[in-house]
Amino acid sequence: MNRFLGFVKKEFLHIFRDYRTLIILFGIPAAQILIFGYVVSTDIKKAGVAILDLSGDETTQKLSDKICSSDFFHLTENLLTYNDIDRVLKKGKTKAVIVFGENFGRNLVSEGKARMSIIADGSEPNAATLVTNYITAIVTGFNQDLAGVPAMNGPRIVPVVRMFYNPSLKGHFMFVPGVITLILILICALMTSVTITREKEFGTMEVLLVSPLRPLQIILGKVMPYFFLSLINVIIILLLSWLVFGLPVKGSLVLLMAESMLYILMSLSLGILISTVSKTMQQAIFISLVGMMLPTILLSGFIFPIENMPGIYRYASVIIPPRFFIVIIKSIMIKGTGFIYVWKETLVLVVMTAIFIGLSIRKFKIRLQ
Amino acid sequence: MGKKKVFMNKVITVGNLVKKFGSFTANDDLNFDVYEGEIFGFLGANGAGKTTTLRILSGLSKPTSGKVMVAGFDANSQAEQIKKNIGYMCQKFSLYEDLTAKENIMLYGGIYGMTLSLIRERTTELMERLDFREYANRLISELPLGLKQKLAFSVAILHEPKIVFLDEPTGGVDPITRRQFWEMIYETAQRRITVFVTTHYMDEAEYCDRVSIMSEGKIVAIDTPAELKRKYNAESVEEVFVKIARPVNNQPHPPASSPRGEG
Repeated sequence: MNRFLGFVKKEFLHIFRDYRTLIILFGIPAAQILIFGYVVSTDIKKAGVAILDLSGDETTQKLSDKICSSDFFHLTENLLTYNDIDRVLKKGKTKAVIVFGENFGRNLVSEGKARMSIIADGSEPNAATLVTNYITAIVTGFNQDLAGVPAMNGPRIVPVVRMFYNPSLKGHFMFVPGVITLILILICALMTSVTITREKEFGTMEVLLVSPLRPLQIILGKVMPYFFLSLINVIIILLLSWLVFGLPVKGSLVLLMAESMLYILMSLSLGILISTVSKTMQQAIFISLVGMMLPTILLSGFIFPIENMPGIYRYASVIIPPRFFIVIIKSIMIKGTGFIYVWKETLVLVVMTAIFIGLSIRKFKIRLQ
Repeated sequence: MGKKKVFMNKVITVGNLVKKFGSFTANDDLNFDVYEGEIFGFLGANGAGKTTTLRILSGLSKPTSGKVMVAGFDANSQAEQIKKNIGYMCQKFSLYEDLTAKENIMLYGGIYGMTLSLIRERTTELMERLDFREYANRLISELPLGLKQKLAFSVAILHEPKIVFLDEPTGGVDPITRRQFWEMIYETAQRRITVFVTTHYMDEAEYCDRVSIMSEGKIVAIDTPAELKRKYNAESVEEVFVKIARPVNNQPHPPASSPRGEG
């Protein structure tokens, strides 16, 4: 046991002496959370809208005020003719133009129905979709205000848009689970594969193998510090997202930590597997980064919903471990569901971990002959 | 140096050792003994099969057939016991560059199951002997190459093993440091620790009590340097080596591409 503890201590020394390792371990996760949360967020904050109000009555005035006074939008310009629309959108500051036709007010009174147009800047498809969705949501609310209570015969302008689980439409909610998933697999796989290949490259692995330490002890000793540090990482990320973005964990924190441990274990064994197939640190870094990052970002459902993928990609996503963890962590954090809803995904992760460990042991034994 | 030594106890016995990788025979029926306190030079061209033998002797790999006993233990079934009783130092320095000299000593002492007090005692003794005190708390990466190498060797024998394996320990080191290093090897052998050393420097082979020369998986010669030179009518071990490690027909070898290099 003493042999083992001394060895683990040495691994911690490696980590704490190398500031680059520390930055990768703790700096990058924090930076990612903040970057994803603030910069890449799908929230709308003070998006510019212009209004072309040809009707100019009390209702259009109220609706315009309601849109522009929300936190999501601000008024860039009041337009006078249709010709201005093209000009104002081309300037780029205005994301959408809201148009009330000449007969809007009259139609609303006489027919109980009126049309308004939302013309969005389609050159930024994501932003355009978001902006139009937000505006329609506001209009829907306005309809209800107008009718007093939601009534069948009330004036109808647009269909109802409703958001499940994320009523305030906060984008951070979607990103935090994704970022945790991405960071854990990157760091665990990258760090373990690098730390093991480093020993190979420096020739110290030979010395360790010749020593009375058993191969299993060597691997465990190298991996254990990263297990603990990754757990700390999870806690840091959760704290950051709670303190900075006000995102709480809806479900059981214990379950979330347990699932995270499983996922970390899976990522670590993947890292070990990578280290058995790579001879140099560069190789290990390359496989970990290119082989993990892109599939995780593209195919795990982190950014692009799996349901929207073409068939072949949907099937390909099944072999990507983060795909399953993302489901688990989203369910626990955002929906607040319990273990019975995520046991299938958990089982998949357990099986994957077992496969990675099994393959690594086989590879390792072949090397030793 | 040059003092006549008497060798009695065998610490390594190798009988009919064969090691195959698929259809390739890396070690072809090796037979030799190494004695306690002996400095045994293990020579051979690259790809001759030295590394394979070294791995078997150090418990890293099992023989395909044959009997190999190291420090009283069977390489086939008692690899773990062998590992506890040997030391190992390879060409690349086996110390961690980002740890201090002391931390490296503590680490290896711990790995070999030494008690803390014993490690401390040996460390102090070692620091005195190598005149090393001022470097004790420096990172290995800050030390000059010669010192690193001395320390690596001292660490390899810290737990007083019966045998220490040195795999090309002096690669890339200047002649003066090499000379000092061999003085350490002599001291070690005097403490009855067997030194099993592979090298490409033929002048170093002259320092050994006995040398064996391997070629294409076989041991083609094994004796004291003096006897080898007499037998092959050569001026130096180097001449002997060139004569027998390369076959008599003067055709140049095709570019050797053995399935397993020295890795």
